[in-house]
Amino acid sequence: MTPPRRKRRQQDLPPPPPPPGPAGGAKKSGSPERLFTIAGSVDGARAELDLVTLIVARSAPGPAASPEQAAVLRLCAAPLSVAELSAYLQLPFSAMTVLITELIAAELVQARAPIVRQALPDRSLLEAVMHGLQRL
Amino acid sequence: MDFNGSDTIPGPRTEDQLPHTAQAAVKIVIVGGFGVGKTTMVGSVSEIRPLTTEETMTQAGIGIDDNYGSDSKTATTVAMDFGRISITDKLVLYLFGTPGQERFWFLWNGLFEGALGAVVLVDTRRLEVSFDVMGRLEERGVPFVVAVNTFPDAPRYPVEELRTALDLSPDIPILDCDVRRRASSKDVLMTLTRFLHSLALSGALT
Ligand SMILES: Nc1nc2c(ncn2[C@@H]2O[C@H](COP(=O)(O)OP(=O)(O)O)[C@@H](O)[C@H]2O)c(=O)[nH]1
Ligand SMILES: [Mg+2]
Repeated sequence: MTPPRRKRRQQDLPPPPPPPGPAGGAKKSGSPERLFTIAGSVDGARAELDLVTLIVARSAPGPAASPEQAAVLRLCAAPLSVAELSAYLQLPFSAMTVLITELIAAELVQARAPIVRQALPDRSLLEAVMHGLQRL
Repeated sequence: MDFNGSDTIPGPRTEDQLPHTAQAAVKIVIVGGFGVGKTTMVGSVSEIRPLTTEETMTQAGIGIDDNYGSDSKTATTVAMDFGRISITDKLVLYLFGTPGQERFWFLWNGLFEGALGAVVLVDTRRLEVSFDVMGRLEERGVPFVVAVNTFPDAPRYPVEELRTALDLSPDIPILDCDVRRRASSKDVLMTLTRFLHSLALSGALT
């Protein structure tokens, strides 16, 4: 029995070429999934919060904090990722980032940005990950 | 969620709290068709009980008649399981198992773009369900390894036959695993990290 076969794809080279005309370039923009967007994702500032940005409270919740804000501040007394906050508070990721963005603006929490894959890869980072996994 | 009762909101258990020294996180994404073992893999290596995060996708198409209802009519909730592994007291690794509906994976901004790499889990009974996602990872330049979760009644192919079928270049690791076993899942992650390291050494990572 032989397995079904696939054809490899090339990496898209940024920036994507503009569509040649009204009739062309419809392949991607016309696919059904493009009809969906993340709810309320219009604010550029929020987009900078990643699922794995670590959030740490700067102080205990004060009397002015809303119940939602107080809940976040209590949860991230120790560093916690946006994904974990979203899971514990049962809030969608985008709603969670709105709440955290407010807390960052009010200087109630600090955000520790993730390390993302880059053009210049960090070998020592990968070595650290390997060593960490080895200890599992 | 009732935030007024926020004293009772479940949070991390004491042993699940990260140290204050935790400075940054990295992530790896596990992709594959429904039932291929993504959740099982996250659970077998995670140091915390796996958690679920959600995102709400709204249908923003033009010409959709919205006269009769609220936004929730066209909103879809997409859920993703994830787990965590502490690498050092400064660095944390998160593992995300993609949601079931493949068409939403790439709309979740930054899920793949920032990831160190991906694990494509395949079931040889349904190899073709992974074809599209491999193509999309290639288009985005996200490096990946292929892990064959070996179910007992699945056909077994020699690695080179799989490589040909999946049209993968010789450097991309393909390995068998049993995601229920921590050692096996760990081996998959080690293989991915070693592969990323080799790409870094060769300067091929973009
Ligand atoms: N026999 C066998 N069963 C597995 C293996 N991995 C997962 N399963 C089972 O397959 C089912 C689906 O796995 P799950 O992790 O939920 O798949 P997901 O949809 O990709 O998240 C579960 O009932 C698992 O217990 C495996 O390696 N061998
Ligand atoms: Mg699952």
